[in-house]
Amino acid sequence: MDFLPTLWFILIAVLWTGYLFLEGFDLGVGMLIKVFARDEKERRLLLNTVGPVWDGNEVWLLTAGGATFAAFPFWYASLFSALYIPLVFVLLGLIFRAVAFEYRGKVHSDTWRTVWDWAIALGSFVAAFGIGAMLALTTTGLPLNENGDRVGGPFAWFTWYAVLGGLAVVGFCLVHASAFLALKTDGEVRIRARRLVARWLPLGLLPLAAWVIALAVLNGKWFSWLLIAVAVAAAVAAWVANSKDREGFSFLAMGLFLVVGSAAIFSAVFPVVLPSTLNAAWNLTVENASSSAYTLRLMSIVAAVGVPLVLAYQAWTYWIFRKRISVDHLPEPHDFAPAVGLSAAAPSAGVTGGAV
Amino acid sequence: MDPLDIARWQFGIVTVYHFLMVPLTIGLGTLVAILQTTWLRTGKEEYLRMTKFWGKLFLINFIMGVATGIVQEFQFGMAWSEYSRFVGDVFGAPLAMEALLAFFVESTFLGLWIFGWKKLPPRIHLACLWIAVAGSIVSAYFILVANSWMQHPVGVEMLEGRPVMVDAWAVFTNNTALVAFFHTITGALAVAGGFLLGISWYQLWRRRKDGIDTVGANGRVVVGSSDSIPGRDKRDHAMWIKSLRIGAVVAMIAFAGSAISGDLSGKLMFEQQPMKMAAAEAACHDGTSFSILSIGDVGSRDCSDVVAVMEVPGLLSFLAHNDFTTEIKGVNTLVPEYQAKYGTHLPDDPMLGERAGTEINYVPIMAVTYWGFRMMIGFGGLAAMAAGVALFLTRKGTVPASKGLMRLALVGIMAPFGANAAGWIFTEMGRQPFVVAPNPAMSGIDQVFMFTAAAVSPGVSGGEVIFSLVALTTVYAVLLVVEVVLLTKYIRGGVVSAMPELGHGPDKGDGDGGTHPGGPEADDDVLAFAY
Repeated sequence: MDFLPTLWFILIAVLWTGYLFLEGFDLGVGMLIKVFARDEKERRLLLNTVGPVWDGNEVWLLTAGGATFAAFPFWYASLFSALYIPLVFVLLGLIFRAVAFEYRGKVHSDTWRTVWDWAIALGSFVAAFGIGAMLALTTTGLPLNENGDRVGGPFAWFTWYAVLGGLAVVGFCLVHASAFLALKTDGEVRIRARRLVARWLPLGLLPLAAWVIALAVLNGKWFSWLLIAVAVAAAVAAWVANSKDREGFSFLAMGLFLVVGSAAIFSAVFPVVLPSTLNAAWNLTVENASSSAYTLRLMSIVAAVGVPLVLAYQAWTYWIFRKRISVDHLPEPHDFAPAVGLSAAAPSAGVTGGAV
Repeated sequence: MDPLDIARWQFGIVTVYHFLMVPLTIGLGTLVAILQTTWLRTGKEEYLRMTKFWGKLFLINFIMGVATGIVQEFQFGMAWSEYSRFVGDVFGAPLAMEALLAFFVESTFLGLWIFGWKKLPPRIHLACLWIAVAGSIVSAYFILVANSWMQHPVGVEMLEGRPVMVDAWAVFTNNTALVAFFHTITGALAVAGGFLLGISWYQLWRRRKDGIDTVGANGRVVVGSSDSIPGRDKRDHAMWIKSLRIGAVVAMIAFAGSAISGDLSGKLMFEQQPMKMAAAEAACHDGTSFSILSIGDVGSRDCSDVVAVMEVPGLLSFLAHNDFTTEIKGVNTLVPEYQAKYGTHLPDDPMLGERAGTEINYVPIMAVTYWGFRMMIGFGGLAAMAAGVALFLTRKGTVPASKGLMRLALVGIMAPFGANAAGWIFTEMGRQPFVVAPNPAMSGIDQVFMFTAAAVSPGVSGGEVIFSLVALTTVYAVLLVVEVVLLTKYIRGGVVSAMPELGHGPDKGDGDGGTHPGGPEADDDVLAFAY
């Protein structure tokens, strides 16, 4: 077993897990803006729980993509080109979501805000679903030929596994976001978020559990079952902690569930990084898909410096904005009259002068 | 339908679009950081106003750069999978480093800056902005390292038909990349300078039109204050005139910098991609003259029809080699050289589909390179000249009352954007038919190259690329309108749009300014900024 490609496989698994852990809750909060928040104040509250951090969270996706390109170019090329259509939707979802976060509050009209609310909710949903589908297909395989190109047309990737993966990530994001909101907010929203976790946790995590179990059955590695047992225990712990009003513990247990579940997924397929459903000989593996040892060494040095730094300053950001917020903390939104363009009414009205 | 052509259009459109946002992000970010630093050091309120107002516009634009940037990383794998497989060993590294070392920094610290007003100690809050801006500059460096490797492959060895990195230092200090980096940063500052200049001009003109500012008998401006329009006080004037003059000075310095780096870049290109420069000149035959204007069908691609009507003798040699007599090879000389080195036909590879075995045209679309090159220099020069004129016209503290000049200043904002876009189109189109250009120069490795026709994803259909092209261009078009509408709204709002606390009445705007910036507010103030 080559050491460096294996190390990079693990690192990419870590990046994806980090992405799902962090953006998991802001994608979920994005979806909840349409189903959980009851009025304008609550919608703004939800947005502001993730306001300072969502952009930083999203970079985990870019880094996972970039790291795959650098360390496993064949994996990156085959996966991204085979999933062309779903990735276009993911991109559109992420574009709308990002722009909506920033632009929603910039004009004070109900129509304007409603449009951007839908952009946030649908954008978050489509991105979460698409990324889930992509990750699931990475583990169950795509119809790839000898060169790693998809055969069978633009929708050849569409299988039940894609749907399962999509639901898995959407479900996880919703539950994770509820736990996050229970941790980050105060007042009535906090109580409702806690109730949401209590009711929906078992159902929301079910598709992810199904995916993990399917992989364990398909690949039959004993330690997968061990990890699954830990994941189930973590989910139960999250649920129990939530019912005892221990939001911090509940959120961390959700995180543990994700980490262990994702470890089960990635370890089940290893050393294959992208199976071909047509011929096992065409599978992309850590060995045949990776960059040269020189590039991997260079990237390892960069990662050794960069990853701890990122973790440190992102942790600092969360520390700075650690306080719970409630609707009472939100300043009133303010509109403004244009200082120019008031036509001829304004000139000379109440102008005072003085030489300088 | 050949996915190749559609994929090329898509790449061009999404990249040029993304690069409308990026220079403004880099340039304006730098200026806002400088303004906030000045505010912190002097405590003068007009600098706080400038920071807040330009910072608001910066954020409206920034988010579009973020949103469209993700497409950039994904599209290599999606539409250009053969390219990704070929270059992954060396091209992926700077991309991954951009994400890990620059983009994380940029987005995390910008989040801290946006939400950290009053919440962080002033110095730390300012440091967050500087770190975010540094992140965006470093990010440009990594991207240019990646792009420059396509222009001038270095630091690799061919192994089993693929370039494999053997010298990272060579890749990251590629002379093409260093010069392009300098050129890009100066280009970005020119964009920001023009942006400040145009908008401030409009605001000052409006103050004159509304009768707030008048010009006294001695020709000096009499600064006034309006009771009825929020934020239109005397400090408002100071803010705009300072912004205008800072913008003009930055634009002029930036143009000088981009002329120097552009000249260096040109000299490198004559050596590394002679065909690109010959096409930029519509130079068919060998010679030394620089064409000011050539007529005839510069788009004919075989060069037979081009006639130079105005030329400067010796200038071309000077641009290429710093002397006036060295002959520069024209298209007609270069084509047989390229054919001898890199073949006359594409390989008979079934992966290339219908493109397999077709003849290779080594001359890029000359109309694009010829005019792209001239628009880059022309728009840049025009903007710099206009900045000089603006400085002269505003020497007494306000702008002339002319409405025409005001319109010119506003339209002029687009000139540096045009120069940037034209420059990129020239650079990328001039490289065709190669996606990774081979380098006959000593500093390159001649046999590392890839035809664009061989780079597109073999498994992706024309229909898929059309779908994404239509979807992305539609969304981009809509979002561009939204961005411009929002920018316009906030520009017309004046400083009050970014500092609502000033809206309570003229000259009452002390808020968090006026006095020297203090420490963080009470501890229960959990949100300094809210969406």
